[in-house]
Amino acid sequence: MSDQPAHSDHKHPSVGTYLTVAGVLTVITLVEVGVFYVPAFARVLAPVLLTLSAAKFVLVVMFYMHLKGDHRFFKLFFTLPLVIAVVVAVALLLLFGTVSGSPS
Amino acid sequence: MSHPATAHHTSTGLDSRKLAFWMFIGSECLLFGSLISTYLVYQGRSVQGPTPEEILNIPLTSISTFVLLMSSLAMVLALAAVIRGDRTWSRLWLLATALLGAGFLGFQAYEFVTFVHEGLTLQTNLFGSTFFVLTGTHGAHVFIGVVWLLTLLVRSLQGKLGSDKAMNVEIAGLYWHFVDVVWIVIFTVVYLLS
Repeated sequence: MSDQPAHSDHKHPSVGTYLTVAGVLTVITLVEVGVFYVPAFARVLAPVLLTLSAAKFVLVVMFYMHLKGDHRFFKLFFTLPLVIAVVVAVALLLLFGTVSGSPS
Repeated sequence: MSHPATAHHTSTGLDSRKLAFWMFIGSECLLFGSLISTYLVYQGRSVQGPTPEEILNIPLTSISTFVLLMSSLAMVLALAAVIRGDRTWSRLWLLATALLGAGFLGFQAYEFVTFVHEGLTLQTNLFGSTFFVLTGTHGAHVFIGVVWLLTLLVRSLQGKLGSDKAMNVEIAGLYWHFVDVVWIVIFTVVYLLS
């Protein structure tokens, strides 16, 4: 193992950045729960919650998993299966009529 | 940004363990993608209750979600401490991460026990089957992560987790943050959109 790099060869974010990201993640979670309880958002609940969830997902992956600025191989090995998983999920939802709301 | 002398020891110039671990995380994306898809496909098709609307406790799960998010913060702070060779803070943040992870598992255990008492089991209906398999698989991942973190803590207490071993902590961190992002999706899809 000693012939391997001790840690990543790219610069990690600062502690301040980590704390800022944690603050943003907390605020987004509070907004998610708030939106869930506000009747006015009922019609747009799904797109709003999915957007907020995607924002949290990206923040953690980019800053806490250090994928932002990391080598393209790492990005590729994560993004490709993620895209396949999302495509399969959407295909299954369409196939079983879950998205259209009319179960087959 | 450029790396050191050690980089030339692998053909890609990258740490093989980290490359392999990203591939593992990619495969985990497919695993959780299939479980979440299965939950969504069967959503609303249970012929008997309890249903998600009747049983899910959003305030409680919001708190457990916050706990897991904060564990991710503790994890990156632990990594930062290990990289700068600060053994005291690396131990404290590793312990904090493990405790927050254990706290999340406590919330999940409480939720599972409550659901069983309210009549929702793995066999009750499609919701019960898909819910327990999805969240149970995630919980098992959190449990493995907690054991991994405690192992790192023990290594640190033995004086065997210096800055030269930062990659070990970084890889454990990748696993921990992945478990966190999976929960971000589960919280939205299973709890808030149900």
